[in-house]
Amino acid sequence: MANEISKEGRSLLDVIAETGKLPEAMNLRMNGHTCERRVSPNIDIKNKEDKPGIDVTVKPNTIGEVISIPVVITDGDILDKVYNTIDIGAGSDVTISAGCGIHNDSDSCSRHDGIHDFIIRENAKVKYIENHYGEGNGSGENVLNPETRIEIMENGVAELDMTQIEGVDSTIRTTKIVLHDNARIIITERLMTSGNQRADSNIEVIIDGENASAQVISRSVAKGNSVQNFFMTLTGNAKCRGHIQCDSIIMDNAKVASTPKIYAANTGAELIHEATVGRIANDQLTKLMTIGITEEEAEDIIIKGFLD
Amino acid sequence: MNLLEMKNVSVDIKDDVSDKSILKDVSLEFQSGKIYVITGPNGGGKSTLAKCIMGIMPQNTGEIYLAGEDISKLSIVERSKKGIGYAFQAPAKFKGLKVGRLLELAKGDSGNSVAQTLRDVGLDPDEYLERSIDNSFSGGELKRIELASILIQDLKLALFDEPEAGIDLWSFKLLIKTFKRLNRFTDTCIVIISHQERIMEMADEIVVIDKGKVAQKTVKNKLLSILNNKDLNKCEMTCCEGGELCGERN
Ligand SMILES: Nc1ncnc2c1ncn2[C@@H]1O[C@H](COP(=O)(O)OP(=O)(O)O)[C@@H](O)[C@H]1O
Ligand SMILES: [Mg+2]
Repeated sequence: MANEISKEGRSLLDVIAETGKLPEAMNLRMNGHTCERRVSPNIDIKNKEDKPGIDVTVKPNTIGEVISIPVVITDGDILDKVYNTIDIGAGSDVTISAGCGIHNDSDSCSRHDGIHDFIIRENAKVKYIENHYGEGNGSGENVLNPETRIEIMENGVAELDMTQIEGVDSTIRTTKIVLHDNARIIITERLMTSGNQRADSNIEVIIDGENASAQVISRSVAKGNSVQNFFMTLTGNAKCRGHIQCDSIIMDNAKVASTPKIYAANTGAELIHEATVGRIANDQLTKLMTIGITEEEAEDIIIKGFLD
Repeated sequence: MNLLEMKNVSVDIKDDVSDKSILKDVSLEFQSGKIYVITGPNGGGKSTLAKCIMGIMPQNTGEIYLAGEDISKLSIVERSKKGIGYAFQAPAKFKGLKVGRLLELAKGDSGNSVAQTLRDVGLDPDEYLERSIDNSFSGGELKRIELASILIQDLKLALFDEPEAGIDLWSFKLLIKTFKRLNRFTDTCIVIISHQERIMEMADEIVVIDKGKVAQKTVKNKLLSILNNKDLNKCEMTCCEGGELCGERN
């Protein structure tokens, strides 16, 4: 833990790791190394022995604690691949703030592939907040390929809030969820791309448990020449409910593809997929203009509201 | 002087599918401090008339003057800044934009309160301010929010397009009160597109638009007596008994 966090690193942290509360446990990874760590009596964090990454273990019935595990990259020409395993003990109720901020002033690529494996045990409740953000003046690309796999045991609940609205040139997001009896997940994803950026998001939810439910809300805005691809898969293997709602706004020359798949293998499975892609509705723009707002401001207000 | 004057205004729609004239040579005058009701059959051109005043539908011929100034070529935003407002017949829905935010935006420099304006249209601010204006609202709720977005402004000319549509009797009484208050305490020229007799009763002048033309223009007593002779008992709003509305009829 030799690294000192730089000024750029600090300001990136302010963008990505804001939880409104000082975390009880934290692990800050900077430029490929852990540079700050704090644990609590209920939350342990250890390095993995066989590969880069950490094991976070939350004791059963840990209530109200916040765990922050941000990643910051301020060097160019870096490929940081990290495996984190997060074990949430039964009956816990915790908030986890993750995410990656890249400041790349170089002309070579900065890339972070964060692989998170969660197990959320019986009756546990987790709020997971992930913020991805890039900046920098070099021509080097900022690349983020997060992979999040979550298994939720009986009566467990997870709420995922995933945001990437600026500065990431290329991203392939993979999210895979397995739900057991009475488990519940709510995923909210917000994405914005511009310029020549490219974003893929693959979300797969497999509902194996009776009375489990999944809700996926994906909202995106594609500007400039950017391209977005969504693959949403929902499988119901039991009496369960699942709902995917995928809305995208396209502007300029952007392109968005949204590919839904719902698969029911049980007559008690109720699965819904809704997807829309389109420009900002004219009646919304017109309404705002009639209250004195210019068309450009109106677009901005509508997009901010949509992604909020 | 007239606040708003429309001189020989026509609106034609020409596109791949249609080529028709929606407003034909319409000339009308509106004065500050008065209430006008525009009525007439569906498809007659009432909404088009209002949208033309707001600048949403450009006219093909004719001019529109606001306090003597030709505003025919001004944009929607410029007309809004000059004090014209329009409450849409079918209000827009926004995924994500909150009621409070819309009203703050509409409020601009006016001194009116967001919370009070919501109460004026019968909505509890605690319940509504933070909700986004989307499919979770009923048609009546959307209409009331739309109404609030007009009432919160300080307008010279306020156009309301079928404000009573989709709202219940209780809210309807509130609506009447709201118009009366606006009329009493401000100099705003109020133009209401409506089919409701109760609303026509408030009017200083009633204009009937049919097939894109001004079919009739009259002070209220004359038209109301025509309506009364037709079949007053069938009019749904006459069912309220004992309320202040009925009192006001006599
Ligand atoms: N944008 C448009 N394009 C084509 N036709 C239109 C458009 N707007 C209105 N119309 C037509 O113009 C006529 C008048 O419409 P409108 O002004 O909405 O009538 P009203 O409000 O009196 O019911 C109708 O026949 C309607 O179909
Ligand atoms: Mg109409």
